[in-house]
Amino acid sequence: MSDKIRKIEGITKESTQAMIDEALAVYPEKARKKRAPHLAPNDAASGCASVKSNKKTVPGVMSARGCAYAGAKGVVWGPIRDMVHVSHGPVGCGWYSWGTRRNMMSGITGVTSFPMQFTSDFQEKDIVYGGDKKLKTLLEEAHDLFPLAKGISVLSECPVGLIGDDINSVAKKSAKELDIPIIPCNCEGFRGVSQSLGHHISNDTIRDYIIGTREYAEPESPYDIALIGEYNIGGDAWSTKPLLEECGFNVKAVWTGDGELEKIAATHTVKLNVIHCYRSMNYMCKVMEEKYGIPWVELNFFGPTKIRNSLRQLAALFDDTIKEKVEAVIAKYDPLMQAVIDEYKPRLDGKKVMLLVGGLRPRHTIGAYEDLGMDCVGSGYEFAHTDDYDRTAPEMPDATVVYDDPSEYEFEKFADALKPDLIGSGIKEKYVFQKMGIPFRQMHSWDYSGPYHGYKGFEVFARDVDMAINSPTWKLVKAPY
Amino acid sequence: MRQIAIYGKGGIGKSTTTQNTVAGLASIGKKVMIVGCDPKADSTRLILHAKAQNTVMDLVRELGTVEDLELDDVMKVGYGDIKCVESGGPEPGVGCAGRGVITAINFLEENGAYTDDLDFVFYDVLGDVVCGGFAMPIREGKAEEIYIVTSGEMMAMYAANNISKGILKYASSGKVRLAGLICNARKTDMEFELISELARRLGTQMIHFVPRDNQVQRAELRRMTVIEYSPEHPQAKEYLTLAQKIADNKMLVVPTPLEMEELEELLMKFGIMEEEDESIVGVAEQAAA
Repeated sequence: MSDKIRKIEGITKESTQAMIDEALAVYPEKARKKRAPHLAPNDAASGCASVKSNKKTVPGVMSARGCAYAGAKGVVWGPIRDMVHVSHGPVGCGWYSWGTRRNMMSGITGVTSFPMQFTSDFQEKDIVYGGDKKLKTLLEEAHDLFPLAKGISVLSECPVGLIGDDINSVAKKSAKELDIPIIPCNCEGFRGVSQSLGHHISNDTIRDYIIGTREYAEPESPYDIALIGEYNIGGDAWSTKPLLEECGFNVKAVWTGDGELEKIAATHTVKLNVIHCYRSMNYMCKVMEEKYGIPWVELNFFGPTKIRNSLRQLAALFDDTIKEKVEAVIAKYDPLMQAVIDEYKPRLDGKKVMLLVGGLRPRHTIGAYEDLGMDCVGSGYEFAHTDDYDRTAPEMPDATVVYDDPSEYEFEKFADALKPDLIGSGIKEKYVFQKMGIPFRQMHSWDYSGPYHGYKGFEVFARDVDMAINSPTWKLVKAPY
Repeated sequence: MRQIAIYGKGGIGKSTTTQNTVAGLASIGKKVMIVGCDPKADSTRLILHAKAQNTVMDLVRELGTVEDLELDDVMKVGYGDIKCVESGGPEPGVGCAGRGVITAINFLEENGAYTDDLDFVFYDVLGDVVCGGFAMPIREGKAEEIYIVTSGEMMAMYAANNISKGILKYASSGKVRLAGLICNARKTDMEFELISELARRLGTQMIHFVPRDNQVQRAELRRMTVIEYSPEHPQAKEYLTLAQKIADNKMLVVPTPLEMEELEELLMKFGIMEEEDESIVGVAEQAAA
């Protein structure tokens, strides 16, 4: 939490509310009534959510949300590199989600990592006669072709849930026959209001099928931790994991970026879980806390200020050895980070950014922008819940606009009113705003760049933000209207 | 907790038999929950004395998502402290009723409806297991005990045999077993003997022969089970006996379904069907005469 309440010149609760009211004015009454509680000025002092969230999208508004399958495949299961992940159903869901999240993997393809697209490619006959036999054959073939894969996840697409195929029973039988873990995940896209339920369902499958089934070969140490909710987007984990190791920790597992199944399965023996993306993995942190007594702590690895605070927060939970190492790490990187700030801040100071991302970055990246002298003038999530908005309130400047699952129209309208210098959101928003002449960075996938986490990531982040905002291109293009 | 699924041909009297049996179990002190798995949502009306309760899917439709639903909204308590839930689902011809069953049962599990104090959970399932959704109640970890309601009519027996084939498939990979046939008598010829023999051929038992009695209809018109409406009536005693037999039943088998020819042969053996004269196949009665 930031220590003081920040204000943005020209933004008051009244001005923000007036902007919201103007946006809502065009809606029919029913839609207006439904959308109104999802848009509000931030009340930084309260530390509480100012908006309603995790509700069904209002029909007719263009939402940027994904589905439960997206949450399971793209976020939780997909990044585990030494497994085969099967998109069970027609071919499209698997194909169009292949590699799009940029969760990077190490290893040798087909040997120690499997960043390929596996699908049961459902046809008419599989719907009519059921796809269980096909799934069984697929599991056998996948295991034959890739005997080194440590396990297989079966991620249900919509039709599997509709025809009621019992993938759990197929998985159980095949797991026995093939002698590898096979995890059935009932993450049909139509379940829940967003990808968020897919995260939850996937966490539940980790709980039911994976956790506690392996042990680490090395003896335990008091500095064993796991990094939870780190998906290695653009190589993020390759920045945060070494950083934590430099601080003296043994990072036994990363969930699930560049993840390894057996390390994840043995996480029940670590001393502490460090969670980055709270929304997608808090469920398993709570399970491990209740079942194995492992405490967990939420940290933020965006920008030097938050990293410094986070490392000290972490050090406070350990002995002097760690505390000294952490201080040494901070002392080592502070001047390097200052050099980055000195280079970019003069060109970015006072610039305004608006954010609309998934379940973490709308609050976690604010500090990194502030390190560069920028202000966040509006932020919102696609699929966050109340506890995420509670955590967001103190991070955002007071009275700035908070928007939950906004429509494209609302988002454009606010951008039009607030005139931000940068928008950080996803591919679906990118070209809309660029055509409006507003610089844009994709904050789901780091826009083909990254990492953005850790000290290493901040340097890349600062460069990318500068490159977007201060590109001379913007002076050369003029909208024809 | 014993979880029991009731299957059988459409219109054979599954819901009536289930509710009367459950009322019987309640009257001998058992704690029971009924989960109606039929979009018609008529599995609990005799217990609740209401036309239909709010179904899980009705409320999901109203609220937009199943996540916003509370258990109290869909679980009602009726006669004999019987807990009642209806999965509900679409009107005929639209949507997917099978998914409604899956959604409802998942919801009940996730929201802790299966409490330890329950002795029995009964799933009253739509007539035909037309898709995976209607097999949900017999998936692993759910009902392991199945009763098939049938009568001496050929199509009811045919359905019972088909359902046995389904159970066989599930039994090979899980713990689901056939626990018996309940004969809901239609006063067909040699009905008792016929169903006893069918049960024997299937490797199971006819757990009870419920005679036909209009008292059932009289009670139904008042939205009650016979056990509540007229506890002293002989028909009430029949259901009580059935309830007690189910409570005591230990005979759980992997069924041995019959081939179609075998089934027809059975009907001939009991004189219900005459030996086929192949020359009359496809010829109307008048023309043949």
